[in-house]
Amino acid sequence: MPDTLDITVEFTGGLEMLFSNQRKHAISLPSREEDGNPATIAFLVRYLCQSVMKDRRKELFVLDDTVRPGILVLINDADWELEGEDKYEIQKRDNILFVSTLHGG
Amino acid sequence: MSPTEDVDAYVLRLRRQVRAAEVQLRDLRRQLVQAEKQADEARNLNKNHDRGLPFAQQSKRLAVLRNIGQEQGYEGHTNGTEDRSQYARSKRRWPLRKEEYKRYGRQLIMPEIALEGQLRLRSCSVLVVGVGGLGCPAALYLAGAGVSTVGLVDGDTVEESNLHRQILHSTEKIGMSKVDSAAEQLRSLNPLVNYVSHREHLTPQIALQMFDRYDLVLDCTDHPTSRYLISDTCVLLQKPLVSASALRTEGQLMVLNNPPRAAGDVTGGPCYRCVFPRPPPAESVTSCGEGGILGPVVGVMGVLQALEAIKIIVAGIPKPFDADRNIDISTVGREEASDASAPTQDPPSLLLFSAYTSPPFRSVRLRSRRKDCMACSASATITRASLTSGSLDYAQFCGVVNPVSVLEKDSRISANDYDAQQSMLEWFRQTRGSEVYGAMTDTIVDVREKVQFDLCHFDRAINVPWSEILADDEPLKRALEDLSARRQITVVCRLGNDSQLAVRKIRELRRRGGAIGSVETDDSLVMDIEGGLRAWTRDVDPEFPEY
Repeated sequence: MPDTLDITVEFTGGLEMLFSNQRKHAISLPSREEDGNPATIAFLVRYLCQSVMKDRRKELFVLDDTVRPGILVLINDADWELEGEDKYEIQKRDNILFVSTLHGG
Repeated sequence: MSPTEDVDAYVLRLRRQVRAAEVQLRDLRRQLVQAEKQADEARNLNKNHDRGLPFAQQSKRLAVLRNIGQEQGYEGHTNGTEDRSQYARSKRRWPLRKEEYKRYGRQLIMPEIALEGQLRLRSCSVLVVGVGGLGCPAALYLAGAGVSTVGLVDGDTVEESNLHRQILHSTEKIGMSKVDSAAEQLRSLNPLVNYVSHREHLTPQIALQMFDRYDLVLDCTDHPTSRYLISDTCVLLQKPLVSASALRTEGQLMVLNNPPRAAGDVTGGPCYRCVFPRPPPAESVTSCGEGGILGPVVGVMGVLQALEAIKIIVAGIPKPFDADRNIDISTVGREEASDASAPTQDPPSLLLFSAYTSPPFRSVRLRSRRKDCMACSASATITRASLTSGSLDYAQFCGVVNPVSVLEKDSRISANDYDAQQSMLEWFRQTRGSEVYGAMTDTIVDVREKVQFDLCHFDRAINVPWSEILADDEPLKRALEDLSARRQITVVCRLGNDSQLAVRKIRELRRRGGAIGSVETDDSLVMDIEGGLRAWTRDVDPEFPEY
């Protein structure tokens, strides 16, 4: 197994503002967590917070150790709840999209 | 009378004539709708008894026709029953009125709509909640397509800042109820449709009663509280819901509760709570007023709502199962249509639109109904009673952001006092020389975003956006480091919220010293303008632009 997984992470619905105003990020994610387990969405979220997110307002992305309410996580264009939520094991070339819901109208 | 007075009088006269003509036109339209309703009654009588009318009903039909005739000034041939029955026979051959064939011809000839689709549209009532950027285009296209009724809900009045996107309203309607403004415009587009005005904000107490008479609901509102309320009501009444939202350059669209099955029925479509069981933190919710919105972006989403609504209506909406009356599931419109003939349902999805991304549209798959959903699962806790009694507090559920109030009153300066202070200093500088009093010039820190700063700002102001201050201490340190610490620092923003937080941040940095230089603990030198630039325009300089 390679050391890193090359994946695409995208942010939309205003979340991109927390990630240097960049919607699409090519990320080389360590393929294993510190404890040797395969990288999951939960690990990716922690990784994004620690290594990618420069904005200090972490609470606008994570709350209680998971993505905050009002953010949908889509794994290859499907709701993460169809894929095992944060326990989904990330595969190479996966596309993970974080969508913040909009409310304006 | 001078020539200009002449012209003025002429303009006045013309205006009066236009107004009179408009009143007359409105009156004629009302009469037309009335007459058409009566004609419909007559036609339905015919249709139901195609192979000949029982004598009693024939006379009823004649009575309706006579009534219409008299209203139209028809006097002659009162005993020529033969003439009239021929007239009626020639009419009953066609399910739509002549003007409906004409008006809807371009969609009627499409196999997707066809006669049956049009009949379904004509018998379907749609409720549009929110007559803003989404509701305006959505209602326009639904009225244009010829639904039976368009209900409009909104408690707001038209404002100037609405007009770039809320295309049913217009400049002369500023101050008018949005619902009235929209209904007037829609009526002039299509007088064949009924318009129902609900000039009020939606509340849990009235939602069930209001939604009940409609077959389909469009959520065109702008806040999570109304989104949860609308979804819950739709689930309770088994109505499909087309929900959309937009902000800045992006939009989102979902068809919810479709098919609109009873709570606990897993074959029903997911509701808003299935997708978002917990509301977003209140401070993460940005409105169009704060974040901005591009007109065509919200317009695209409203148009898409109308499109999804038309697709659902034409496919046939199952009537909600009524346990009391034990009515079987049938469909609105043509009765022979049943579940079996309904087209296969698209899996639930969320459509994302992003104007500045390529490609701009993206559709993602959503989950189905949540097994523990508060609204639509077998273990649902939201009931009709909990809604009507008002025991469900949607505002509390979604949280409220209170206006920021972190500074003591004496840490803030009112717009008027700041104006007085600056005028006095300016007078000293001019009369006593700038050497002494120049040093007393304050530093104005405007913490609005750069785009807003570029729109209008105080001459001497420097711009350090609050979002940058939040992200990092450096921008603020850089902006303030070459300044003597004994200077007054005046912080300003749009409304006087962020400025308070910025004052707190600056005081903290001054106390820590560091890049700013000497440690300065005199907090009273750092203040913000209470009420921000809005107060400045209101109290001091009416010419200062408000946006």
